[in-house]
Amino acid sequence: MTLLEVEDLRVSFNTPDGVVQAVRGVSYHIEAGQTLGIVGESGSGKSVSTQTIMGLTRGAQVSGRALFEGQDLLTASQDQMRTIRGAKIGMVFQDPLSSLHPYYTVGWQIVEMIRLHDDMDKDQAMKRAVELLRLVGIPQPDRRVHDYPHQFSGGMRQRAMIAMAMALNPALLIADEPTTALDVTVQAQVLRVIRRMQEVFGTAVILITHDLGVIADVADDVLVMYGGKVMERADRRTLFFASHHPYTEGLLQSMPAYGGERGRLRPIAGQPPSLLAPPPGCPFAPRCVYVMDRCRQEEPPLDPAGEEPGHLSACWLPHITADREAIRRRVAHVELAKSAGPAGA
Amino acid sequence: MATGQARETTPVPASATPDGDDMLLRVENLVKYFPIKGTALFREKEHVHAVDGVTLSVPRGQTFGVVGETGCGKSTLARCIARLHDVTSGRIVFDGQDITQLSQRRMRPLRREIQMIFQDPIGSLNPRRRVGSIIGDPYAIHGLAAGAERKRLVQELMERVGLNPEHYNRFPAEFSGGQRQRIGVARALAFRPKLIICDEPVSALDVSIQAQVINLLADLQADFGLTYIFIAHDLSVVRHVSNSIAVMYLGKVTEIAPAETLFTVPRHPYSGALLSAVPVPNPDLSDQRQQIILAGDVPSPIAPPSGCRFHPRCPKAAPVCVSEDPPLEPRLGDGPEHPAACHLPMAEGENLADFRPSISADERVVEVEGSLLPDDAGPEATAIADALPARGEGGKP
Repeated sequence: MTLLEVEDLRVSFNTPDGVVQAVRGVSYHIEAGQTLGIVGESGSGKSVSTQTIMGLTRGAQVSGRALFEGQDLLTASQDQMRTIRGAKIGMVFQDPLSSLHPYYTVGWQIVEMIRLHDDMDKDQAMKRAVELLRLVGIPQPDRRVHDYPHQFSGGMRQRAMIAMAMALNPALLIADEPTTALDVTVQAQVLRVIRRMQEVFGTAVILITHDLGVIADVADDVLVMYGGKVMERADRRTLFFASHHPYTEGLLQSMPAYGGERGRLRPIAGQPPSLLAPPPGCPFAPRCVYVMDRCRQEEPPLDPAGEEPGHLSACWLPHITADREAIRRRVAHVELAKSAGPAGA
Repeated sequence: MATGQARETTPVPASATPDGDDMLLRVENLVKYFPIKGTALFREKEHVHAVDGVTLSVPRGQTFGVVGETGCGKSTLARCIARLHDVTSGRIVFDGQDITQLSQRRMRPLRREIQMIFQDPIGSLNPRRRVGSIIGDPYAIHGLAAGAERKRLVQELMERVGLNPEHYNRFPAEFSGGQRQRIGVARALAFRPKLIICDEPVSALDVSIQAQVINLLADLQADFGLTYIFIAHDLSVVRHVSNSIAVMYLGKVTEIAPAETLFTVPRHPYSGALLSAVPVPNPDLSDQRQQIILAGDVPSPIAPPSGCRFHPRCPKAAPVCVSEDPPLEPRLGDGPEHPAACHLPMAEGENLADFRPSISADERVVEVEGSLLPDDAGPEATAIADALPARGEGGKP
């Protein structure tokens, strides 16, 4: 069952420097109970796209559709959104300290959240808060529920946030870089909590991260974003072992190979595009090693690629990745001729 | 190489111990405590035990990695080595010279030889000064070059680290994150230092940019024979750049090993748990491996646990771990390059998940924050799930 369907989402912001086109036509869907990983670098639009769906990007120009259980979230009224946010879609953000109110106890904040959506008396709500904290692995939850956020460690705060996000048993949990601020051992704890909540509640999860290792760990399907667009969508194994898009390839290659040799890294040359004036054609073209003339003019659609069903890639390259090397050499040759000056042409 | 000659002309004080070894830096039993401001009048003064007896040596021309989690003291260690902090006790011997107690004035010439690159390229660059003057600062401070000469040197540096020399007059805000980190590298490089301490130099950067900066650092090391101390929490990055790696936990070094050895045959259970927690960017490996999820959080460095500091969270903890602080020495027949501070080191291929601590919970002298997830709480968890509202219900009108 499709839980959330996003179609041609576009988000732009007016800034003193001009209009920033943060998200430029993003479409995806997520099934109930599934984990969708969204991976991308800073400024790829991965956070803005989900925040917009939740109605959290004030002042942005938004177009497109985001159907959640048959309702378009982008046109829903504030009141309608208020019954959805928290109750049906939970959110966890990167920095738990700034998402928790420092003046109120953790328990108070969870209780408030429960009582806002549910008719329940305070004692019952507090009982549920304690159970939730126990579920996410907070020790002595009946005592710690009365603690303030500063009395929790970073990992515990993030777990408390997850408890709060899960308090009303939402159908979808959006976790925006939930472990980025945490140490690896704590990250492992938090990812395990998310997985467990998913097993227990059957929640669908959108996990936004820049860490391909986290993606490999938890995602079922992966969306790769760049320059405000979806570059590739594939299931986890296809993405890591049979990716199609050159950007995905570049991302994987620029990681210090885990278990690989101590050689040189192969970074992606250049910088991500400015979203004030994104280049025409494929946003990745200026940094792509396979770039063709067509890439700089025409924008490639997100089309089926490869053999796996559901594998999509926005790239003009042929579906067979075997003759990539030949294309790369040809491009390098042409670029060399260009840089040698007009005489070389 | 020109830099090599320049180095030989550096005056070596007569007081130096000319042991002529290939260690550029030796740190001996380094301790750094930070006092906590007491509120009560007669309260005994408490201290944060940030670095508590660290001994290590860094060979010339190599990269020495330091890993550990937040609060393990790795950055404090770096700042002590660069003499940005005064140490509480212990010795720092740089290039044969004891620099532990040098005055600010006598330290100044040495500052040219020990440089730092910081994590946050925004926070470490003055936003209101132009890049050219930021990179030229070292020359200005040490009075070595001025005017056109300084500009020429700065532009050379900019070119060397992959910045466009024409951007000499731009402000830091006009550069991207990766370029800003290059500015930090250029500034550190101005005097061709012997040692560069990189404190999380790539943590704030995206992967593709991170790889650019790591390659740049590797090139510079090859060209100038630099020695790096490379501090990071990203283990795959540290593994990639380092010759040998020290693992720190709560102010102490728990293990030192050549990079590959640490990842294949870790001796200290903390190293084992840390490595198992790193997400692997390979779905097949990530499905196969067994993660050791450590219980709780790192205890407070104000009153660290007795004995081995890792014992409250260690799956192998035994009574001896509570009573005795294990020395950092080679274990299980390892060579001198691979010491570990553990009474019960891990054998090759040993699975930490098979072990349970042989000390009772109340013998764990420090109360541990958080707990291991109750894995066996399956039915209980389901009961909680049942207690929660079914979807679609609830929701006040």
